Amino acid sequence: MLKYIREFCDLCAGSGDEEAVRSAVIRVLEGICGVSWRIDPLGNLIVKKRGANRAPHHLMISAHMDEVSLIVTHVNNDGTLCVAPVGGIDASVVIGRQVLVGAAHRHGVIGAKPVHLLSDEEKKQLPQFHTLMLDIGAKNAQEAQQDAPPGTSVYFMPDFRLLGENRVCSKAIDDRIGCALLLELLEQDAAYDFTAAFLAQEEIGLRGAKTAAFAEAPDFALVLDATTAADLVGAKDDEKVCTLGAGPVISFMDRSTIYDKELVKLAFSLCQQHGIPCQTKSRIVGGNDSGAIHISRGGVRTLSVSLPCRYLHAPSSVADFTDMDYCLELVSLLAKNIMKV
Amino acid sequence: MDWIKLLQTLTKPAGVSGSEMPIAETVKALLLPLCDTVEIRHGNVIGSIGTRTPSKPHILLDAHMDQVGFLVTAITDEGFVRVGNVGGMDWRLMPAQRVVLHGTEDVSGMICCVPPHLQNGEEHVLSVIELAIDTGYSKEELEKRITLGDSVSFDLPIQELKNGRITGASLDDRCGMAAILYALELVQGKTLPCTVSVLFSTQEEVGERGAAIGAFEIMPDFALAVDVTFAQGHGDDPVKCGKLGGGPMIGISSSLSRSVSNAFIELAQQYEIPWQPEVMPGMTGTNADRFSVTRCGVSAGTISIPLRYMHTPSELIQLSDVEQTGRLLAVGLEHSTWDRYEPSSEHGMRGI
Repeated sequence: MLKYIREFCDLCAGSGDEEAVRSAVIRVLEGICGVSWRIDPLGNLIVKKRGANRAPHHLMISAHMDEVSLIVTHVNNDGTLCVAPVGGIDASVVIGRQVLVGAAHRHGVIGAKPVHLLSDEEKKQLPQFHTLMLDIGAKNAQEAQQDAPPGTSVYFMPDFRLLGENRVCSKAIDDRIGCALLLELLEQDAAYDFTAAFLAQEEIGLRGAKTAAFAEAPDFALVLDATTAADLVGAKDDEKVCTLGAGPVISFMDRSTIYDKELVKLAFSLCQQHGIPCQTKSRIVGGNDSGAIHISRGGVRTLSVSLPCRYLHAPSSVADFTDMDYCLELVSLLAKNIMKV
Repeated sequence: MDWIKLLQTLTKPAGVSGSEMPIAETVKALLLPLCDTVEIRHGNVIGSIGTRTPSKPHILLDAHMDQVGFLVTAITDEGFVRVGNVGGMDWRLMPAQRVVLHGTEDVSGMICCVPPHLQNGEEHVLSVIELAIDTGYSKEELEKRITLGDSVSFDLPIQELKNGRITGASLDDRCGMAAILYALELVQGKTLPCTVSVLFSTQEEVGERGAAIGAFEIMPDFALAVDVTFAQGHGDDPVKCGKLGGGPMIGISSSLSRSVSNAFIELAQQYEIPWQPEVMPGMTGTNADRFSVTRCGVSAGTISIPLRYMHTPSELIQLSDVEQTGRLLAVGLEHSTWDRYEPSSEHGMRGI
């Protein structure tokens, strides 16, 4: 179960730079019966899965391949490099980190002026990207330019760890676990044909989802993504948004989408029938590829099945394995039951 | 010398101030083949070379074993761990850092942060009492493994960068220990004009406490603190910083023995060892501050390795600086016909 999670979380693939994930998925697809695939101009990987029956509705199940990352914007004379975020990243989780630089995955570090040399004022200022420097050990601009010219991708250092009894701490849980779940779904026998879309450029504005949804013109869409759990220290009731270990998150609304009410009901009732714990979000926050998909062409009936995840967009996000198992079970049930809608 | 391997060995065991036993045991094993005796006394690791005699000066080489980190102060009902800091750190870079909690077993954890999706624009730099660590365990499970007072360290392995530069946590001052171990290797089998104590000391980061008791026991004539100092990073003041790759920085300070400083400068020039001056107007912020006022007073010096991003989990050094520091210490020992009663002699060292 969930055998691709570690491999996928350790891959480095930012928005517009999804090749590492795409080729890892294709390597697995090559060993699966009843699938065919194509790659669209944005780099989306669109997979057709043949089920036991022809589908009365065209269903597209998607997960996005890209993770939040950084990009080199400038080479300084002293051989350090300026970086900007690709996707929404708080500079606080970038300062003082080890990173991998470029396709060659060179080691680098985001430097921080020693605390001993900071003024009291500086100590209180939240870090900002324009003050951060990437250091790859280069002695001058020429060396840095050679190894990491402007446009080079920079990734959080892969460091996948098991946490506690049943949890994982890693970068890129958002949304490699969605990709892993989708791939496992493709490995299972399907009752009906469906389309699996491994999407590009979610983190910079749901861009892969837009072209994929247009090209595929699905009737229904299921979006597998990670969503923000805030069950942190001191959080009470609705402040938690959603909780690790409490099962898949079925949102009725987030900042990108108001979800199809009938599908939300269907998901909850399937969970009840099959003893799957599930939850909704107690605050209207976040968004995912649903935002682009549900208003594609003349509209797509869309539901999001989300994995609760703490510390999204950080090098140390945390998720629970039981939630992943239940997400997969629920998506599998939905794929079958949406056909009866 | 396989510097990467040595520094991996030295940075793997934890040693937050006051909890140095894992690194102490590791370095004791490394010292045994290089010293006549090695013992752990009140937490300090002390090795000695040669039999003390009034005719030879006794020289103390020191590097501190401890690193900055945290101690567990509370476990919340939700299973989050509250901590207090050990040593000075930059709170701006704590969110989402990986840590290890050293309980009855090592427990992986990370420092909680608020993702951009949930921020409301009123975020501030969290102080240590606002930090919480997520280990994935419930309070009940955590209490089987962790007790209050257990130490917490950053969890980052060493990585190689370009130009023989490396990054990692606790290079301050494990690279100083590496330089001393290398110096001892270089003088193996040689007859030294001095006797030597090596002090790998505890609790530097909380006020040079291990150095104080260690030097009292050792009673050296001369004491050298081998520590790290600021290497210039982007935007740093060049007046306050040395250059990465510029070689060891020889301390010159009103609190240090000028003859020791001068002796090392002359040796560096004589042996063509690259070096840089580090001028400190008052105290040095190293164990040398304690050495100089030990018992009736000791002639103290500092030899420092330039390091970028100090007290972050991503400290950065150039290995050639560690090697040259080791060389400088070795020639110091070989030529240490030291004058023990400075400042009566302007020349500092006899026999140079």
